[in-house]
Order: sequence, then C-alpha cells, then structure tokens
Amino acid sequence: MLELLGAGLIGLGAVFFVAGTVGLLRFPDVFCRLHALTKADGLGLALIALGVALQAGTGGAVFRIALIWGFVALASATCGHLIARHARQMAGGRHD
Amino acid sequence: MIDPLVIFDLLLALGIVALAVAALATRESFAMIVVFIVFGLVSALAWVRLSAPDVALAEAAIGTGVTGALLLKTLHHLRCATGQPGQNATQAQISAPPVPVGVTLANAAFCGLITLGLAVAFLGAPAAGPGFEGLVAQAMPQSGVEHPVTAVLLNFRAYDTLMEVVVLLAAVIAVWQIERGLSDAPAPVMGEVWQGFARLALPAIVVVGTYLLWVGAEAPGGAFQGGAVLAAVGLLLLLTRAYVPQPAHRGIARGAFVLGTAAFALVALLVASGGRVAFEYPLAHAKTLILLIEGMVTLSIAVTLAALFHGREPMALKHEGKDDT
Amino acid sequence: MTPDMIYGAAGIAVFGIGLVGALCAQDRLRRVLALKLCSVGAGFLLLVGAWREPPGTPDPVPHALVITGIVVMVSATAVALALIRRLHSLEAEDER
Repeated sequence: MLELLGAGLIGLGAVFFVAGTVGLLRFPDVFCRLHALTKADGLGLALIALGVALQAGTGGAVFRIALIWGFVALASATCGHLIARHARQMAGGRHD
Repeated sequence: MIDPLVIFDLLLALGIVALAVAALATRESFAMIVVFIVFGLVSALAWVRLSAPDVALAEAAIGTGVTGALLLKTLHHLRCATGQPGQNATQAQISAPPVPVGVTLANAAFCGLITLGLAVAFLGAPAAGPGFEGLVAQAMPQSGVEHPVTAVLLNFRAYDTLMEVVVLLAAVIAVWQIERGLSDAPAPVMGEVWQGFARLALPAIVVVGTYLLWVGAEAPGGAFQGGAVLAAVGLLLLLTRAYVPQPAHRGIARGAFVLGTAAFALVALLVASGGRVAFEYPLAHAKTLILLIEGMVTLSIAVTLAALFHGREPMALKHEGKDDT
Repeated sequence: MTPDMIYGAAGIAVFGIGLVGALCAQDRLRRVLALKLCSVGAGFLLLVGAWREPPGTPDPVPHALVITGIVVMVSATAVALALIRRLHSLEAEDER
C-alpha cells in the first residue's frame, strides 16, 4: 500500500517535471521560462522526494532525502534569482 | 517482455551521446559549458546504473562541479580581457589563419580509425573474465576498512593514490607559475540573495563534506568526494568575497597544498621503518592510519581545488587599477 | 541487451566525439572540453569492464582507477585553462 502510494507520488512528480520542461521549451522569454521551470520543478521534486521517502525503510534515509530536498530547493531558488537578475541587467544594458 | 530498466538504459545512453555532440556543436561558449555540465551529471547517473556510486560521486563533484566552475571562471576571464562582456570570447581568435579542410578531414578520419579500433577491441574482449574482485574480497579483512573501493585506493594500491595527490600538487604549482603577474578579471557582483544563500549553505556544505569523508570507510564516499565538496566552501567564500586571498596567506596555502602528500609519504615511511613494506599497515592501526591520511588528503584537495579555481597567486604588488569591486 | 553493452557503445561514441572535437575544433576552450569528453568515454569503458551481472559485485580496482583518472583530469584541465588565460592576455597585449 505504502509502495503504491509512493509510486503514485513519484509518477505525479514526473508529470510536473514534464510540464516544467514543456514550459522551458515553449515559453517566449527568459522570465516566463524561469517561472515555469522553478515552480513546476519545485513541486515535482517535492512530490518525488515524498514518494521516495515513503518507500525508504529507515529513518536515516528519510532524513537524508529531506536534506537533499531542502538543499536542491534552496539552490534552485537562488539559481533562478541569479538568472533573472542577470537577464534583467542584460536587458537594461541593451538599447533594443 | 523487455526489462523496463533496459529501455531506461537505452534512453540514458542515447541522451549521453546526444549531449556530447550538443556540447561540441553549440556555438555560444557559455551554452557549451552548461551543456557540458548537464552531460557530466547525466553520465554520473549512468555510472550509478553500472553500480559504481563512488565514481559517480567523484564525477559529479570533481569532474563536473569543479571542472565546470574552472571553465566558467576562464570564460569570464577571457570575456573581461576582450572588453566585451556580452560578446563571444572566441571572436579574438578569428584572426588566426583557418585550418585547411583537408587537414580537418584527415584528422576526422584518423579519429574514426582510432574509435573503430576501440570498438573492435571492446567487442573482441573476453566477456566478463575474472577480475580482481575475488582477490580484493579475500584481502578485505586485512585492509582495515569495510568499503572495497576505499581499501583499493588507500591500502592495496596506495602508491597510485599518492601519485595522484602529487599530480594535484604539481598542477597548482604550474598554475601559479603560469599566471604570475597576470591581471585579475573583476569579480562578478552576485547580489544579496546569493550572499544569503552562501551564508545558509556554508555550514551545511562543511558537514556534508566531512560526512562523505567519514562514511568512505564503509560506504560510497571518501577523500576525493569529500575534498571536492569542501572545495565548494572555498569557491563560495571566494565568490562572495568573504575571503580575499592575501599575499601574507601564501605560506599557509603552500602548507595546505603539501599537507596531503607529506602526511601520505610520512605514514608510508613510518610503516616501512617497522620492517614492513611501505603501505602494509599493521592491522590494529590500519583504520586509524587510513582515516588520518584521508583527513589530511581531503584538506589538501579542498584547498588545492579552491586555489586552482582562484588561479593567480596572490601577489604583494598590485599595479592594475581596474579592481573596483 | 545488458547495461554493459549499451553503456560500452555509449562510451566508445563519447570517446570518438571527444577525439574529433579535440583535433578539429578551432576554439581552445572547446578543445579542452573535448579532451574531458574523451576522459569520460574512457571512464565508461573501464566501468563497463568492472561491471558484473547483478548478483555479482563489481570489480573495485577499475573504480579506483577511474576516480584517480578524474582527479588527474581536473589537474590537467586547470593547467590547460591557465595556459589559455595567459595566452589570451598575451594576444590582447600584442593587439594593443
């Protein structure tokens, strides 16, 4: 039962990743793409981490998965900010 | 019924080859490096599928993380030196005479021949003959650690690892000599969010690096993976300008570069002086000695990789006035 | 179809691509990167040689060799990149 629930969550997470990737490929500019990618992938990652944690046996493994999720969420938020900041500076510096 | 994992393997292998082609075919240098980083991470995933988690960790941390940082740093430097931050750094090299098409074709044919030879050798090799795994498994009780890869690296084939640390030392000496007197590119301004991220991440990275070093005795991990993660601390400190290398700190840096090699060689000599072969640790102290060597080597690797990222030796005289933060 | 055949073919392909790039690319940064691709391809072949059918444990000696190779490659890359930076600054001086 727990296994099935975990697999379902992982599948749902994968759907969000696919949605984020479609957004990355189809949206017109940097900011829209970042919006799609950070939002959808953040949720997808959380769902996958939750699914894997349900299947993991020990408390230590669950703790490590939670840590990994925290680090990736922190890093991807920072990366998204840095890319958006750089894109805005580039847009401000150009004349078109 | 096809095993679903075989489909996954096929897709992953195709993706790896496609990423390798894309990395070399991408025209823009920054995009090329980013594609390369993706390639490195995906091949680390493939190495996990080949049941080599240690190597996958090392490739992700050193082969992709540190190498990617080095490449990006060089690209930044080239663009700043050209004076056109938005432009492609390769523009300055167009003045060089173009290589004749015939030479390029001959080179490509030569590469094709070598690759073909490699494929023939790969297909002709005896399928999964007995390797060293039996010997290693037999000798594991005498090694002092529970993880076979760590046992091979620091006990059975410790000479290789000693020489590897020496190569790293030689690299940092060479980089300091090459970059002597070279003016530094102005550091990029990263903003407050980045500073906050660094402050949050720094202590966590230190813990993760130390954990990787410690866990290497019984599970995937070890000195090189831990050292690379600790080197990330150095990179963060350098990028946030929380630490600016001072000329007065060169002595400490040199000490840290040599520390790993010196500790490694010293332990070998001490063991050898007791009437044994150089890396034949006495069983009672084997784990202590291995962890001691690993700890020193980890520190050395972390400082060396960070120094390789920083590049130029911090000099006393600064006559370039363009360092305006 | 076992993982070793699939990844062995991928390793040979990556090695070949890297070799072509290292010999034929004009841009110096791209040539260094191509050499790194070669080293990844070689790592694939060594790991494939160490792989055993799932009940068996893989051979740890090639694993240690590949880890050594990765560290040696990052050293070589760092020296090559330092040479590129130096060469570039010398060329920039010549043009002035």
